Amino acid sequence: MTEQSIVEAPPTVDPHDAGEVGEERSLASDAWRAMRRNPLFWVSAVMIAVFVVMAAFPGLFTRTDPTVPVLAEARSRPGDGTWFGRDIQGYDIYARCIYGARASILVGLFTSIGTVLLGGTVGVIAGYVGGWVDSLLSRIGDVFFAIPLLLGAIIFLVSLPDFFNNNYLLIVLKVVLALVVLGWPSLARLMRSSVIQVKPNDYVQAARALGASPGRIIRSHVLPNALAPMIVVATINLGAYIAAEATLSFLGIGLQYPAISWGIDISSAIVGLRTTPHMLFFPGMFLSLAVLAFIMLGDAVRDALDPKSR
Amino acid sequence: MPEVVLSAHDLVKHYPIKKGVLRRTVGHVKAVDGVSFDLHKGETLGIVGESGCGKSTLGRLLMRLEEPTAGSVVFEGQDWSGASARDTRRLRRDIQIVFQDPYTSLNPRMTVGDIIGEPFEIHPDVVPRAGRRKRVQELLDLVGLNPEHINRYPHQFSGGQRQRIGIARGIALNPKVLVCDEPVSALDVSVQAQVVNLMEQLQDELGLAYVFIAHDLSVVRHISDRVGVMYLGKLAEIGEEDEVYARPTHPYTQALLSAVPVPDPTLRGKREQIVLVGDVPSPANPPSGCRFHTRCWKAQDVCSTDEPELVQRPDGRGSHLSACHFAEVRRVVETTDVSGENPDDRFASPDVSELSDAGAGLGPAGGGESLGSAQAGSTARRAEATNPAPEGADPARLATDDHQDPTR
Repeated sequence: MTEQSIVEAPPTVDPHDAGEVGEERSLASDAWRAMRRNPLFWVSAVMIAVFVVMAAFPGLFTRTDPTVPVLAEARSRPGDGTWFGRDIQGYDIYARCIYGARASILVGLFTSIGTVLLGGTVGVIAGYVGGWVDSLLSRIGDVFFAIPLLLGAIIFLVSLPDFFNNNYLLIVLKVVLALVVLGWPSLARLMRSSVIQVKPNDYVQAARALGASPGRIIRSHVLPNALAPMIVVATINLGAYIAAEATLSFLGIGLQYPAISWGIDISSAIVGLRTTPHMLFFPGMFLSLAVLAFIMLGDAVRDALDPKSR
Repeated sequence: MPEVVLSAHDLVKHYPIKKGVLRRTVGHVKAVDGVSFDLHKGETLGIVGESGCGKSTLGRLLMRLEEPTAGSVVFEGQDWSGASARDTRRLRRDIQIVFQDPYTSLNPRMTVGDIIGEPFEIHPDVVPRAGRRKRVQELLDLVGLNPEHINRYPHQFSGGQRQRIGIARGIALNPKVLVCDEPVSALDVSVQAQVVNLMEQLQDELGLAYVFIAHDLSVVRHISDRVGVMYLGKLAEIGEEDEVYARPTHPYTQALLSAVPVPDPTLRGKREQIVLVGDVPSPANPPSGCRFHTRCWKAQDVCSTDEPELVQRPDGRGSHLSACHFAEVRRVVETTDVSGENPDDRFASPDVSELSDAGAGLGPAGGGESLGSAQAGSTARRAEATNPAPEGADPARLATDDHQDPTR
């Protein structure tokens, strides 16, 4: 670089002809475009849509009441008057699978929202403020992280007051609470690390130099750029929380009997594992498909949000 | 001399070095260690120095992005380092910054309109809400971008265009001082020139004062009225552009200048290059006395004990501030300031014979020693062969290609 090269360099040409105005192409719209081309996304989206409709309007899929037993036909096989057969109490397995979606979707969704809100907030504060606040919040997170999920959930659920067994929503909420309390630290760690990654960027410094308040910097600069990993993990976790709900219900401490859940059905089907495996197979299949759908969606979202893996 | 807008008084920034489980402070990195200068209204102060000498930290201290360990920054007579949050906010309007890397200085998730409009949202009283979009478009136009691109995102622009966006954001609030932290270092040369010229033009139109931090001596000379040379967190020399470049008295400045490539092949091998030995000492443990004494060829005992003051020292024609016990002018290399001259059309000339003549003339003169006629002839032939003109490319077209916008 010499003086002469500065002087000899071409004067600024009118940059107004730098191409047509062009469409807006935000990173989000680019990601959406990439996701639309991904078959994995469409498969998982359709499956999730079906499960969500199932949870919201189970009456669309079956007219049978899942709580009316026909004891005479207990343990009947698929095709004997019902699609999936009947379980040991004489309930229609198909109807119970349909109605069981509600608990799983609700628990998965609420737990994801809860962990994102709690973990995300803690992570943003820890990452943005730093210093002793960061140390304190991180150590608190570590404490919860150290508790094994099942052990912690068992203790938590057993020690909750009976008030939570009053109605369906409260029972669901009870399980959600247990999973959120034990699940937020992983998202907080993730959020903290991505905030720390975004924070030293020059555009954050530029906003500080303009006199922007911390709230504004977090809202419009840090969060939008740090959110992607959390969205991905939260989506994948949604499937994992559905499985965790089924596990807790299977152990008899999650949702309890009058409520309908795949976990409860799997648990009660154990007695007929060798003689009538269909009682186990169908709720198990629904559970696996639901978990799979959310994990696939998480993968598709990750592929779309992370340009490096495209 | 116009009034002083910004002045630094003994600015110091030490970063603690922490070690061990208890994070005990075991030392300090002295990034900036006592820097004072005045910036006058409408002038450009260049700050040069090699990597790690504290230039960028100085810029961030001036911007109050970092709190100084000691010293103060005074803006128009008001001490900025002790200002309340409210005053700080108001002062931020008058001092803005342009960053080095145009790829990280713009939020990838905001449109250009939002990025340049953000200053108005933070300081809502500057432009009424209704006029903001129009003002943003005016700014885009001012920095030479298409106002219709207001809804585009940063990744849809080239590096040079992004730097223009950064400059537009910097001048949005009509600041009086713009701190430019290596604004052109990340750009390639032709784009550097465009951006530097834009900045000069903006200075003329808006009366901005620049603190122009760079490691490129030529760029700094081109744009600066005054130049400060930094070494290990201290100013080694500061003065008018002429004084520092033509009559440097500090050995470090002389060594730096001797390393600048000279775009004149006839001078090749003739000039004296001062090669410094050793590395830059660690800023965590700077040398005693004069910080440069470990690498200085003039160093004597006094240099390692007494720290030289940054005071007026004679430079042959007058005097300027220099921090060396043995400050004296040394003719390093003939450099000329070409910023006022017309662009040289040597490389864009369509006249082929003229070009080959120039090339042939280079042989004996440039070699410096007596060449045999055969050698001289071959030099001339080579010169002709390297001229792209006769076959294929037309130099005139080459020149216009260079002028095209580099963005597409």
